[in-house]
Amino acid sequence: MTTTAAQRENRSGWLLVSPSLLVVGLVVLLPFALVVVFGFSEIRLVDIPFLGTEPIEWTLDNFRRAVASQAFWGALWTTVLYAGLTAAGSLAVGLVLALALRRPFRGRGLVRALLLVPYVLPVVAAATIWKTALNPQYGVVNAFGRAYLGWDTPVGFLSTTSADVLGIPVPVALLVVVVFDVWKSAPLAFLFLTARLQSVPGEIEEAAALDGANRRQALRFILLPQLRAVALLLLLLRFIWSFQTFDDVYLLTEGAGSTQVMAIQVYTELVTKADIGSAAAFGLLMSLILCVLLAGYVLLSRRADES
Amino acid sequence: MSGVRPTRAARAGRAVLVAIALVWSLGPVAYGVVLSVRPYAEVTRDPLGLPSQLDLSAFATAMRDESDGGFGLGRFVLNSLGVALGTVLLSILVCILGAYAAARLRYRGRALTNGIILAVYLFPGIVLAVPKFVILSRLGLTSTLVGLLIVYVAATVPVALYMMRNFFLALPQSVEEAAIMDGCTLGQLLVRVVLPIAVPGVVATAIYVFMIAWNEYFYALLFLVQHRDRWTAPLGIAQLGDFQVPVTVLLAGSIAVTVPVVIVFFLAQRYIVSGLVQGAER
Repeated sequence: MTTTAAQRENRSGWLLVSPSLLVVGLVVLLPFALVVVFGFSEIRLVDIPFLGTEPIEWTLDNFRRAVASQAFWGALWTTVLYAGLTAAGSLAVGLVLALALRRPFRGRGLVRALLLVPYVLPVVAAATIWKTALNPQYGVVNAFGRAYLGWDTPVGFLSTTSADVLGIPVPVALLVVVVFDVWKSAPLAFLFLTARLQSVPGEIEEAAALDGANRRQALRFILLPQLRAVALLLLLLRFIWSFQTFDDVYLLTEGAGSTQVMAIQVYTELVTKADIGSAAAFGLLMSLILCVLLAGYVLLSRRADES
Repeated sequence: MSGVRPTRAARAGRAVLVAIALVWSLGPVAYGVVLSVRPYAEVTRDPLGLPSQLDLSAFATAMRDESDGGFGLGRFVLNSLGVALGTVLLSILVCILGAYAAARLRYRGRALTNGIILAVYLFPGIVLAVPKFVILSRLGLTSTLVGLLIVYVAATVPVALYMMRNFFLALPQSVEEAAIMDGCTLGQLLVRVVLPIAVPGVVATAIYVFMIAWNEYFYALLFLVQHRDRWTAPLGIAQLGDFQVPVTVLLAGSIAVTVPVVIVFFLAQRYIVSGLVQGAER
């Protein structure tokens, strides 16, 4: 009797999970196998109608060309910088928000909900608003800067590659995109950190206070260590997501002002250059680099834990 | 105790911080709303001014059909609505089954299938865009809303599975056990016992999936940019930005597509948040 029950449960399990696996298999695993094939073959958009009817021409040219191109390495550096700054920034802003709203006060629920608005906003709407605000002719930022901050000429925030601020070259457009992404993604970090903070038992802090710890010490030695694990997870996830960002960057700058991230490169190879093989190779290299970076990060954090 | 209670200075500091946080989060949105109700000429003349009168004509212009002197956003919204609702329906149906199996049933290979689904969730989506585009265009679906629907279902299944599994795990198991004792089949168990108590979780997941499909831009651009009559709302707004469309109309369109998601999100906010952050408490 027990074996039949277990068998039945096994069968039901597979029955229920099979539609999910089918979707994942057809739209994730199969495409992944294909992208590897494309990366190693000579194939362009015009070849699509003949796909499956002609033999594949295998080649390493796509990878050779990618690795030899200036655009690839430039995009890689831009992407790492962009993803790293976004991850750190959204964690920092999320942390400040979570700590500021930790203690109950009247209207806290409403404030919490309102802070989520940038995260919920459609990215196209958000980008349209930011583009308008930063517009050199009628944008509020430039108008304010010229009226009250003494700017002589309007600043092209979304097209300026680099500007000297107090003698230091600053990548203006890239930083604007980073700030935009921090604005949009910090609410998620705030949510996760708040959830973790709520489960820190209040007694620990009270005990520390009895032992004479001041507020800063309580933060540094009690709260922050409790948040460490979720903070590292958020850093990792945001880096992974930002590393592949297309929408935010493309909508704000279309890659102008040295904001050509890897995802925009893949899109350009596919759509503008109509080269499927090259786009696939760019994408595969991008995933490979992401994996290497993540493996390095995991190793480093393991070592830091041990020591 | 007294050491834990904030001092007056700390409380004032926090009030300032909360005010800054609200301005930072809502400032840009408020700016968009203000501009969308100002006449275009006034915006270019005086960028820092406030609206002198409430001018809602930009909304009407954005929504009206091109043949009617507008920009066709009304039709784009209908396209988006169709694709998003279809995505919700299919994705939720698949995920209710999969998530229940992942949460409750012990079958061989369960750890493996759960692992695959998590790995897929973290996998760089942009890499798969290339083969997905090729497959769907070989099938002749890249210039259709159906092609977009397929891609959206695939994109939302992993996250919906994850959320819904969390909701199922939080449900009390005793009711189900009693139903099985009474001889319920699996189908009856799901429809009569599990789903009625899981409604908040299902609704929250559905709303989250809707938001993803409603907000999506990249695949809409990749598939449909050449077919203006099939543009989704996000694609429409982004494309019109490249034409000579008054910025007030663009912003009116942006606000119009934002309002539904924000309202729906806030109605189910508590459940969505708990579905997303579960597991972060530990």
